[in-house]
Amino acid sequence: MGPNLWANIDEVAAVILFGIGFTTLLLHKNMIKKIIGLNIMDTAVYLFLAAMGYVDNRLAPIVENGVTDVDAYINPIPSGLVLTGIVVSVSVTALMLSLTIRLYRKYHSLDLDEILIRMQKEELT
Amino acid sequence: MNLARNFVENFPCFSIVLCMVAGILSTPIKGNHAKRITLLVVILVTCMSAATFLYVVSTGTSFVYTMGKYPAPWGNEIRAGVLETMLATVFSLVMLFSLLGGMDHVFKDIPEEKINLYFILVDLLLSSLLAIIYTNDLFTGYVFVEINTIAACGMIMIRKIGRSLVAATRYMVMSLIGSGLFLIGLAMLYDITGHLLMENAHLVMNQLVQEGKYSVPLLVIISFITVGLAIKSGLYPFHSWMPDAYGYSTVSSSSILSSLVSKSYIILLIKIFYRVIGFDNIVNSKIVDVLFVFGLAGMVMGSVGAIMAKDIYRMIAFSSVAQIGYVYMGIGLETEAGMVAAIFHILTHAITKSLLFLAAKGLNNVSGRKRVFYALQGSAFRNPLAGVAFLVGSLSMVGIPMLSGFISKLLFATAALGAAREKVLITLIVLAVSTILNAIYFLHTVVRIYTPVHVPEEFKNVHVRVSKGAALAVFSLICMNFILGLLSQPITDLIQVGIAMFA
Amino acid sequence: MSRIRDNYEDSLWNRLTKWVNGESDPFAGKMEMEPLREADYVGDSVYNPERLDKKKVLKYLEDTEKNQEIRAFRVLYNLSSVALCLLLIAVLLMAVSYLPVLGDPNGPNNNEVSARYVEKGMEESGAVNMVTNMILSYRGFDTFGETCVLFIAATCVIILLRKSEEEIENAKETDWKYEPKPDAILQKITLILVPVIFLYGFYIILNGHLSPGGGFSGGATVGAGLILYVTTFGFHKTQRFFNEKTYDMVKVGALSLYSVTMIYYFYTGANLIENHIPLGTPGDILSSGMILPINIFVGLEVACTMYAFFALFRRGGM
Repeated sequence: MGPNLWANIDEVAAVILFGIGFTTLLLHKNMIKKIIGLNIMDTAVYLFLAAMGYVDNRLAPIVENGVTDVDAYINPIPSGLVLTGIVVSVSVTALMLSLTIRLYRKYHSLDLDEILIRMQKEELT
Repeated sequence: MNLARNFVENFPCFSIVLCMVAGILSTPIKGNHAKRITLLVVILVTCMSAATFLYVVSTGTSFVYTMGKYPAPWGNEIRAGVLETMLATVFSLVMLFSLLGGMDHVFKDIPEEKINLYFILVDLLLSSLLAIIYTNDLFTGYVFVEINTIAACGMIMIRKIGRSLVAATRYMVMSLIGSGLFLIGLAMLYDITGHLLMENAHLVMNQLVQEGKYSVPLLVIISFITVGLAIKSGLYPFHSWMPDAYGYSTVSSSSILSSLVSKSYIILLIKIFYRVIGFDNIVNSKIVDVLFVFGLAGMVMGSVGAIMAKDIYRMIAFSSVAQIGYVYMGIGLETEAGMVAAIFHILTHAITKSLLFLAAKGLNNVSGRKRVFYALQGSAFRNPLAGVAFLVGSLSMVGIPMLSGFISKLLFATAALGAAREKVLITLIVLAVSTILNAIYFLHTVVRIYTPVHVPEEFKNVHVRVSKGAALAVFSLICMNFILGLLSQPITDLIQVGIAMFA
Repeated sequence: MSRIRDNYEDSLWNRLTKWVNGESDPFAGKMEMEPLREADYVGDSVYNPERLDKKKVLKYLEDTEKNQEIRAFRVLYNLSSVALCLLLIAVLLMAVSYLPVLGDPNGPNNNEVSARYVEKGMEESGAVNMVTNMILSYRGFDTFGETCVLFIAATCVIILLRKSEEEIENAKETDWKYEPKPDAILQKITLILVPVIFLYGFYIILNGHLSPGGGFSGGATVGAGLILYVTTFGFHKTQRFFNEKTYDMVKVGALSLYSVTMIYYFYTGANLIENHIPLGTPGDILSSGMILPINIFVGLEVACTMYAFFALFRRGGM
C-alpha cells in the first residue's frame, strides 16, 4: 500500500463505489439493479475526476474582478470532462431503461435469466 | 507553426462532420430519401478517404489537423497517416457494399416509419468509426466509442423480435462494462500525466517511466484500458453476446457490426499502445502476454463453437470470435511483423465476413427462410451468386492461396517465427489446429450447399431474382478479396510504412 | 463384375455421405441423456430435429426452484461475485494509494495546459466562465460528439418505444388516459411555478459564459419544466404548443445550426483564416463570440430530448 491512501480519501471513496457499481452491473440478474449499478459506476468516475481537479484554498474557475492569475483558481479541465460524462451517462441510462420496458412488455419479467428461459420456451412452441 | 494547408488535408474533418450532418438532417425525411442520402454520403466519404490516402502516400508523412484555432495540447486534433486513411477507405467501402447487399432486407425487416431512423444510425456509426480511426485525443476517443456502442445497439434491436432485444441488452451490458473500465483508466492516466492529447501524454509517460515514478498506477492503467477495449471487441471470455447479436439482426447490420465495429476498438487499442504508452512499456508490463493467451484460446474455442452450431448464422458469428482471436494473437506476438499481420487480418476479415453474411442471407432466402443446415442443402444451385460468394468467403477463411486469408495466415506464421522463443512453437501449433477446425466447418457447409437435391418437376425452372445492388455488392467484395490476395505485397509494405508513421 | 455388398448401410462411405448431406448425426444415440425410443426413428435417419419431445423439454426448463444444481450454482455465484468485487476494489486501492496527492498545486495535472486556460482564456474567447470556454472553444469537438450521443440515444429510444397515433388511441386502459386529474392544488401551484422554471432555465442557458451553467444544465431545467406541465395538465393541452412537428423542427434546426457553426470554426481554425466572430467585452451578455449561440442551440436540443424521453416512456409518442 502506497503512501497516499489517507490523503486521497476522496479517490478511495470513488474507487469503492466504482467496484460496487461494476459488480452490480455485471453480475446482478435484475435489469433495474443493473441500471442502478451503471449509474453508481459512472457517478464514481465523476467523483474521481472532480476530486482530482481541486487545488487547496482556491476558487472555482470563474473569473472574478478581472483576476486571471493561475494561483487563484482550480484546474478547469476535469470539470469539463465531468460535464461531458454526465450527458453520456444520461443517454445510456435512457436507452437501457427503454430496452427494459420493451423486454418487460414482451416477457413480463425483469430477471435476465427468466427472460432467457421464456425466450427459449417461446421458440420451441 | 502551421503552414498553409493543401485542401485535401481538410477531408478527414469534412468526412466526419458530413456524416453527422447527414444523420441529423435525415430525421424528418422518409425512408427512401434517407436511403439515397446515406448512400451518397458513404460514396463521398470513400472518395475523400481515397484522395487523402493518395495524398499522404505521395508526401510520405502524416499530417495533423487542429479542430479549431488552438494546437495541441490546448485544443483537439486529428491525425491522418497512411494507415489511418487506408483503414478509412476500406471500412467505408465495406460499409457501402454491406448496405447495398442488405438493402432489400432493410426494407422488408423494418417497419416503414422506422427506416429513416435506421439510416440515421448508419450515418452516425460511420462518423464515429472515422473519428476513432483519426483521433489524436483520448477523451474524444471515449466519446466516439460511446456513439459507436449506442449506434451498434440500435442496429441490432431495430428488428423487434424477442431474440434481438435480448441480444441487444446483453451487448449493451458488456459494452458498458468495457466503457466503464476504459473511463477510469483514462481518468487515472490524466491524473498522472496531466495531458489528454496522445503525443503530449506520451512524452510525460516516457519521463515517468525513466524516473520510475508511479509504476503501480501505470500498470493498473494499462491493464484497465486494455481489458476495457478487449471486452468491447469480443475477446475470448467476453464473447458471449456475439452469436446472438450477429445472428438475429437484419443482414446489413450483422455484416457492418461483425466487420467494422469490433475492429474499431482494436484499432483504438493499437493506437493507444503506440502513441500514448509506447510499445516498449507495453512489452515490459507483460499485458501483451495476457492478450496473446486469450487470443489463442479464442482461436480454438471460437472454432469449436462454430462446429457445434446448428444454424449458419451462429456458425459465422462464432467464426468471428475465432478471427478476433487471430488479431489479438498477432498483437500479442510483440513484434512489428506481428502487428502488420494483425492489421492485414483486420482488413481481410472486414471484407470476408461481410461477404459471408450476405451470401448466407442469399442462401437462406431460397431455402424457405430456414436457417438450419439440413434446409440449406443444395441451395447453391438455387442461388448461384450466393453459392459462389459463400465458396470464395469460406476458402478465404480457411486459407486457400490466391485469396486474402492465405496471405494473413502466411504473415502470422512468418511473424511467429520472429517472435520471442516461448511463443514460436505454441503459435504455430494453434495456427495449424485452428486452420484444420476452420476447414471442418466451412468446407462441410460448402459441400452441403453444393450437394444436389432432388427437385420436383414444377419447381425446376423457378429462378430467384437478385437485385442489382446486391449483385454488385457481392461481386465487388469478391473482387476486393482477390485483390488483397494477389496484390498483397504493396499493401503489406504500405501497412509497414503506416505503422512507422503511427508511432 | 463388382461385388455387391450386403452391409452397405454400415460402410464408411455411406456413413460419410450421410453426414455430409446432413441426414445423420454421428453423435445421436451417444450423447442423449436417455436412450431414444422407437417412435423417434424416421426411416434411415436417427435424428430428426422437428420431433423433439416438447413437453418434456418445457417441464425441465420450468422447474428451476427444486433443481439442486441451480440452487448450488446460485450460492456459488453470489460468493464469487462478492469476491470479484473485493478483488477489483483492492486492485484500484493499490493504484490510488500511489497516485499524486489531491489538492497539490504542484501536481502533474496543474501544468501548462490549465495555466493557459486560466490566464488567457478570457482574452482569447471573451467568456468569463473558464469551464464553458474550455468545452466550447478549445475542446469543441468533444462537446459536438457529446451532443450527438444525446441525439442518437433519443433516436434509439424512439425506435424502441414510439407507437403510432392509432395504437395509442386503441391501447388498453392505462392510468395516463385519465390524466389530467382534477387536482386543484397541483394545477394552481404549477401555473405559478412553470413560468418561473422556464425563466430560470433560460437564464442558466443565456448566462453560460458568465456564471456556472450553460446549455446542458439549462436545457435540463427547461425540460423539467415541460415535464411538470405535461404531468399536471395532460398531453392534449401540451400538444397545443409542443407536439411532434415542433419537436422535429426545433431539434433538427438547433443541431444543424450547431453543426454549421462548428464546421465554420474547424475550417477557419485549421486553415488559419480569420474567423470574424466578434468577441465583445468579457462580462456582457452579448460577448464571447460563438459560445452564446452554441449554448442556446445545445439548451434547446437538451430540453427537447428530456421531454421526448418522458413522453416516449409515458405514452409512446409526443
